[in-house]
Amino acid sequence: METNKMNSSANLVTQLTEQEIQEIMDLASHYDYPQAASIEALKVVQQYRGWVSDESLKAIAKLIDMSPEELDSVATFYSLIFRSPVGNNMIMLCDGITCWMHGCDKLKASLSNKLGIDYGETTQDKQYTLIPVTCQGACDRAPVALKNMQLHTELNETSVLNLVESNSKQTNSSGETQ
Amino acid sequence: MSQADPTNRPLTQHVDQSRGAYDLNQYEAVGGYNSVRKMLKDLSPAEGLDILKASNLRGRGGAGFPTGMKWSFVPMQSDAERLAKPMQKYIVANADEMEPGTFKDRVIMEGCPHLLVEGMITGAAILQATTGYIFIRGEYVEAAEKLNRAISECRDKGWLGKNILGSGWDFDLHVHTSAGRYICGEETALLNSLEGKRATPRAKPPFPQVSGLWGKPTIVNNVETIANIPNIINFGPEWFQSLSLTEDAGTKLYGVSGRVKKAGCWELPMGTSARELLEVHAGGMSDGYSLKTFLPGGGSTPLLLPEHLDTPMDYTHIGKIGSRMGTGTMIMIDEQVDFIGALKNLEHFFAQESCGFCTPCRDGLPWVEKCLDNIMQGKGTRADIEFLDRATVNLNMGYTFCAHAPGAMGPLESALKYFRDEFEARIVSEAS
Repeated sequence: METNKMNSSANLVTQLTEQEIQEIMDLASHYDYPQAASIEALKVVQQYRGWVSDESLKAIAKLIDMSPEELDSVATFYSLIFRSPVGNNMIMLCDGITCWMHGCDKLKASLSNKLGIDYGETTQDKQYTLIPVTCQGACDRAPVALKNMQLHTELNETSVLNLVESNSKQTNSSGETQ
Repeated sequence: MSQADPTNRPLTQHVDQSRGAYDLNQYEAVGGYNSVRKMLKDLSPAEGLDILKASNLRGRGGAGFPTGMKWSFVPMQSDAERLAKPMQKYIVANADEMEPGTFKDRVIMEGCPHLLVEGMITGAAILQATTGYIFIRGEYVEAAEKLNRAISECRDKGWLGKNILGSGWDFDLHVHTSAGRYICGEETALLNSLEGKRATPRAKPPFPQVSGLWGKPTIVNNVETIANIPNIINFGPEWFQSLSLTEDAGTKLYGVSGRVKKAGCWELPMGTSARELLEVHAGGMSDGYSLKTFLPGGGSTPLLLPEHLDTPMDYTHIGKIGSRMGTGTMIMIDEQVDFIGALKNLEHFFAQESCGFCTPCRDGLPWVEKCLDNIMQGKGTRADIEFLDRATVNLNMGYTFCAHAPGAMGPLESALKYFRDEFEARIVSEAS
């Protein structure tokens, strides 16, 4: 019954791609209630678009039979759902207690200096956004960071800069001048 | 298929970082999924539960609640009732490993995902659950991929799905990936999150065993707890108890992090001393650093001192000296680091991760952080210490909706007890 309801809603959704809709419906099929896929649905869209716009949010809400307001209350609760535009690359520095003892503040200073941005900011060329994240569960390899959800471990002030240099040839034009 | 011999490392015997995790065929070749076969062919759900109860397995997520007792509150049907119309019941693995300093469940999920899947199926067979979910934090991408692969292999082979091993019992399992927020690890907040809502805790009672996910009977247990189930069913409660050095049965995934020579995570007999963990397994403190104090099992466990190092690390013994074993992953704080700064880092985390539902937690924790920041920056006054003292009462058990703020008070209260002189020495005014 729920499935029929979702399929009819799906026809009304024009802002999402077929691929996104398919992935969201697959996830929703794991539950008796499609709302349970709300967070995963937001992540599907975010994976393709980097963030969740108001239009995307409304389309997802319709697809999983929630009100946009309710879905927004969910979207804004979870720290890894972005409701404003972010850079093409997300750099997340762990600020957990062990990484803090291992000098995560120095990594942050090093990256900030290189990119010219503070936590919560995006470089002008839209390549990088820098945010802190909670303990990443890799304390034996501290300090650690995530770049686009990939874990990088045992960093130092110099090696952390590789996170923003390794793909600079493809992505960087002006934002990283020193 | 051969029955593997009993092991003294039931959680990590098949974890080898030098190779990939076992696929289903490899895992079956070393005795994998025998516990599912035994549960469905040889044992009734009640017999399975009796084994679990007798094993004295206690919850590895931090609270240490006896697992068998927790499970005994789930309503059960007779075989005839169940075959006529199975009651909807859920089993959920809490893989939202977000306690600061904790890195143990990752080892199981990345190193041997099939062990967790087997634990979920065997556990579900005991509970006669209909659906299972592994609720995993969003950042554990690799673990989620490996678990999805393991689940897919199990579906193809018939370990999951309809009429498993011809038992007439249907069970399916899904990975549910989250998107941040430590509070999701709280059992009832996790259920709200799994239903697609904000992760605010629920009032108890009713307890999830009776009314959990979508109001149906639900068991939520930590990954390490569930990963212990297959071998308990295979080898029995006496074997499980024999693994431990103390009354609290089994092995434990212990960890040590901080400025130590070889930080890491090791499966060792329950009751191994903190000193052995630090000095033997972690190789001692790094050169130039000496131990000041430590958090025995994650960021919310009260601090202990070097004089406590010989205490067996189990729920009972650590409880007796005023702390909690928590997750068993110790964070060593050295004499050389800014101690007030370290505390501020912890309280910043708890303030940020408050779900915001109840006032003492939402408003109190940022205030605690502010006082610590004042003291750290050399701007603290008597009023800051007085506020911190009050917070250890007003944000503690009995004054908040869930255990989040009381957890945050663990390190603070113990810091004020053991290191009061440092707070006193760093305030610049007696103004209160």
